[in-house]
Parts: sequence; structure tokens; C-alpha cells
Amino acid sequence: MILSSKEKGHTMKFITIDKKDWAKGIENSRKAYQLFGPVKEKNGVLIKNLEKGVLPLMEYTDSVMSAKSVMFPQSEMILKTTLDESKEDHHIMKRVDTNYSPRAVVGMRPFDAKAIQLVKMNFDTKDFRDPYWCDAYEATTFVGLAVNKPGLYDFSTSAGSGPFGEDGLDVLLADMDDKYVAKILSDKGQDFIDIFAVGTSSDEKESQVLFDVLRKEAEKNIASAIETDKLKDKTILYLHEAPFWDDVAFSCINCGTCTYVCPTCWCFDIQDETKRKASTRFRNWDTCMSSLFTSHASGHNPRDAKTQRVRQRFMHKLKYFPDKYEEGIMCVGCGRCVKSCPVNIDIRKVAKTMNSYENKE
Amino acid sequence: MENPYMPYPVRIDDIEIATEDRSLKTFKFVFLNKEDEEKFSYQAGQFAELSIPGVGEIPIGIASSPVEKGFVKFTVFRTGVVTTHLHNMKVGDIMGIRGPLGNWYPWEKLENKNIVIIGGGFAFTTLRSSIIYMLDSANRNKFKNIDVVYGARSPGMLLYREELFEWEKRDDINMHITVDGTDDPEWKYHTGFVPQIVEQNAPKADDDTYAIICGPPIMIKFTQPSLVQLGYRDDQIIMSLENRMKCGIGMCGRCNIGKELVCKDGPVFTLEELNQTPKEY
Repeated sequence: MILSSKEKGHTMKFITIDKKDWAKGIENSRKAYQLFGPVKEKNGVLIKNLEKGVLPLMEYTDSVMSAKSVMFPQSEMILKTTLDESKEDHHIMKRVDTNYSPRAVVGMRPFDAKAIQLVKMNFDTKDFRDPYWCDAYEATTFVGLAVNKPGLYDFSTSAGSGPFGEDGLDVLLADMDDKYVAKILSDKGQDFIDIFAVGTSSDEKESQVLFDVLRKEAEKNIASAIETDKLKDKTILYLHEAPFWDDVAFSCINCGTCTYVCPTCWCFDIQDETKRKASTRFRNWDTCMSSLFTSHASGHNPRDAKTQRVRQRFMHKLKYFPDKYEEGIMCVGCGRCVKSCPVNIDIRKVAKTMNSYENKE
Repeated sequence: MENPYMPYPVRIDDIEIATEDRSLKTFKFVFLNKEDEEKFSYQAGQFAELSIPGVGEIPIGIASSPVEKGFVKFTVFRTGVVTTHLHNMKVGDIMGIRGPLGNWYPWEKLENKNIVIIGGGFAFTTLRSSIIYMLDSANRNKFKNIDVVYGARSPGMLLYREELFEWEKRDDINMHITVDGTDDPEWKYHTGFVPQIVEQNAPKADDDTYAIICGPPIMIKFTQPSLVQLGYRDDQIIMSLENRMKCGIGMCGRCNIGKELVCKDGPVFTLEELNQTPKEY
């Protein structure tokens, strides 16, 4: 887990940034960081590399995709080699050169920062360190934008996060009409604000009061919740063998959208591609909704049926992950899967079904 | 910490056709860098990703034994894209190996115990590794009686035939070799399915006896009742699973059975452990 600012021995600070100076600060930060942030595109708001002159979109309700791609691109080159046998090092894999100079994601949602902390448990373990994810993570400064007006699908307060959640962020910005107030949460955040170099220090107590007022107002606007309190008392097999999964999965078309938009879904595939003699090994996002995901070469498939795959997704998020790590559910309540699902499958409803399930026999 | 996706470069040193139908071949690999062989220090029961640049990777049990030095061996069934490509490669070709991966048979717990090894078909690779390990002069006195029940469809489908027949002659291991059927009038060993041979020949259970079982699902399904008949408890039955894998290090998400990952928490589980997980294998 990342250290809180207190543990690092750093004093919490608030900075007020006049919106008139915002663009100047963003330009300043480009000197030291590759910038990422929300950008409006044809199909909605995405988190992307901010090209020169492009400012992060700071007024939006929902982004279609989360910031997970900053550490975990949808398709990423990991290894390469040549198949040309006249070359001395043919067929010997080497790591692809990737630019891990400092990055900053500006304007991301607090629940997406929390999600990155959950994903970190998968990629940074005591046994193995995924160098691609971890190097990108270590290079990144997370500058969040608090959510003053939560979207219709937001249930983050019941999923271990919230509109002003600080977990995983280095700076939390709050929009206060003509200014942003930045709360510095870590040394990385302090470095970013130093390079940003606009804004004035503001009174800590007063600023925290303002944050708390906005937070309470925002939290009041979150109307729905995910119910998971009784899941830890039910065994994996008890839930796995429950009779409701066919009903849950009935309308699912296994499109996988829920997994791609999810900020906590990390599953991936590894594929080789060769052009002439140059061979590259890629890591691509994969989805547990696909039957190929688990299909053995023999033709046997342990999750052959749609119901098995839908069950896997919800069991992983709400039961396997919480049981394995004891850090809560693998969901931050962003609501993207609910909003994007073409057949209206709703994780809140599934969780409720699981949570309230009692085998009468 | 090293990049766990980076394969060690190896050269194919030898290729042996392992079964009469030529669907299995045993590949012997030598590490291009001597220090990689030390890094690839493994235990019997572990697996590795065979990594062919431009084609892909496959998780395969290690058939050589930790006591065999200077090379590693894998016996591979030709079934998909990567295994078919591998079957068409030749001695001298360069490829990669990533590992060792997964857990292993619980050798510490098995010390001073009687061991019953039960294998069927081509799921005998990590069992071969285990037998060689136990029979090694430095290890044999760590274990009590060793019984092996191994069956295949026909004599020509048995893996490692020469070694099997050598072990058969030894007095420190009890071999029970069987085939489903044969028209060879000279066949000196058993005829019949593995579950039946287990029931007739394997030792009865006691607190000091453990069974390690590997084979096709159908064999495992019908061998379990035989072991129950002989009095084995679920925690005395040790099994090795297979599932589709990519990363082999517990990250890519596809090989899970409940919260356990076959690649990292397994592939070796006791039946007692498997009884607590969904049967998604």
C-alpha cells in the first residue's frame, strides 16, 4: 500500500490555483511530465496522453474509460527479437524500450485512483513484480479531481472510495468555482505542485473545512449502494453453486464491455506478432467473458457456458478477491459497467442477490 | 527482481519420439548461458513456459528431475499451435524457457512416508521427475516404500519405456505397469485400467502413506473411488491440475479455480483442497 502523507513525514498542504492560471501550470508541468488526462472524443470522455496544447477536460460527469490504461495499455509491446538466423542474437527475447520518464494523470476520478491500488495487488506481489505495470506506476503522479456532482451511476461511497476519496492519489483537486484548491497528499504530489508553480498556499484548516462541506454535499447525491456485508460469511462453494446464476447471466451477450471499461479488471492475453523477421510479444487486455479465455488446446473448456463466465466475473470481484486479499471488494463503484452494459446487467443488483442468498434446503 | 516474462534462451539438444503414434516427443534443452541453469533451479512437480518467439508460449510440466544436471527435459503432446510448431523444430534451434513456475509435490511432508504414484497416459512427466528424484542415491532413504501404477492404452503409448522396465527390475520400487489392451503375446505386465490395478495392487492406506495422482480426467474420476476403497483420506491424495495459462505467474487471470490460481497456488493440490474450490478445471 502507498504510504499516507503523514507516514512520509510530510506536512499536508493546500494550494489555491486561480483558474486563470491553470493553463500556465499545465504548461509548466509538461517540462517534467508526460501528461495524461480526460479528453472528449466522439464516443465520450477517455483518459489519454495530452498532446501539446491540449488541456485536461475538467468539467465532465463520467469518463467512458478509466485511467488504468496509463499503467496498463490496451495493447503493449513487452518483448522483441529477430527471427533472422544470420543475426547472432536471433530468437533471444529482449525487453522493449518504453519511456518511463515521469508521467502525471491530471483530472482523474478518485475512484479510479483507488482502483489502481487494487490492481497493484495483482501486479506487484511478494513473488513476482510485473515490470511493465510497476515501472509505469512508479513513474506516475496521480492528480485527482474531486467529484462535486456525482453521476447517476456512481456508488463509490459503498465501494471503499467516494467523490473525495484520497486513496492512491498524490494530489486531490477540488473545483471551487473560479479556482481549484489542491490538497497535497504525498511527496510525489508536492513535487508536481512545485513544478506546476502557480497558486498560493492556503490555510490548512479553512481549506479542509471547504473540502468537507463539498464532500458531504457530493456524498448526499449518491443515491445507490452496493451491498456486500454478508458475503464474507458465505463460502465460495455456497455462492458458486447457488441457483440464481442462470438468471443473472440470461441476458448477457458476453460482449466483454464491462471488463474493458472496468478500472479494476486486469486480465490479459499474451500474443506474438511477426513482421518479416521482427517478432514482438504483446500483452493485450483480455476478458473473462470470452470462451477462448479458458479454452484448453484439447478443446476442453472449464468455463464453456455463458453462465460460468458471468459467475466468474461477479465471484472474482465480490468473493474471490475479498477472500484472497482481505482489502474489500474488487469494485470501486464507478458505475461504468452498469452504464455501458448493452443488456442492463447491474452489479449492484447481482451483489444484492448474492448478499441476500440463503439456501432454504 | 528479474523480469518474469523474460525467457531464458535455450538450444534444443535432442528430440526423441516418445510414443508409437508420434504424438508425443521429448525435448532436451540446454541453456545458452550456464548461469541461467542455476537460476532455473526447480523441484519435481513444477512446470515452465516453453517460449517460441513469433509463435507463443505453452505451460508444460518439467519431465527432467532436479537431480539430473546440465539439461532440462519436457515431453510435449502435439495438440495446438505452439506444440505443433515445436514438434516441427529441429535439434540446434534456439527458443526460450520461462520458469520454474508453480508449486511442487510436498517433498518435505512426504519424507519418511510411503509413496504411491498413479499415472495415466501422457500425464506421467512430472511423475517421472519425481521417481528419478526419489530413486536418486542421495534421496532414496528419505522415503519408505514406493509404488508406481502407470497405465497407457498400449505398450507403445507408455512414456519412458526403457526407464520403466529398468525400474521394474529394481527392488527399491514396486512397479505396476499396465495397458488397456495389447496383442503382444510377450507382454509381461498388467492388462487393465488404472483404477482396477490400483485397487488390486496399491498398498492400503495408513497415516504414513500418500498417493500422487496425475492423469486424464476420466482416470482421476474412476481412481478416486479405488483410493477411497483402500482407505485414503482426501488430504492423502495429491493431484496436479492443468488449466489454460498465459503468464504462469498469477497475473493474467484465466487459470483460477475460485480464489486459487492453478499457475501459482498450484498446480499441485490435495483432494481436500480441491473439495473447497469450484470444479473449474
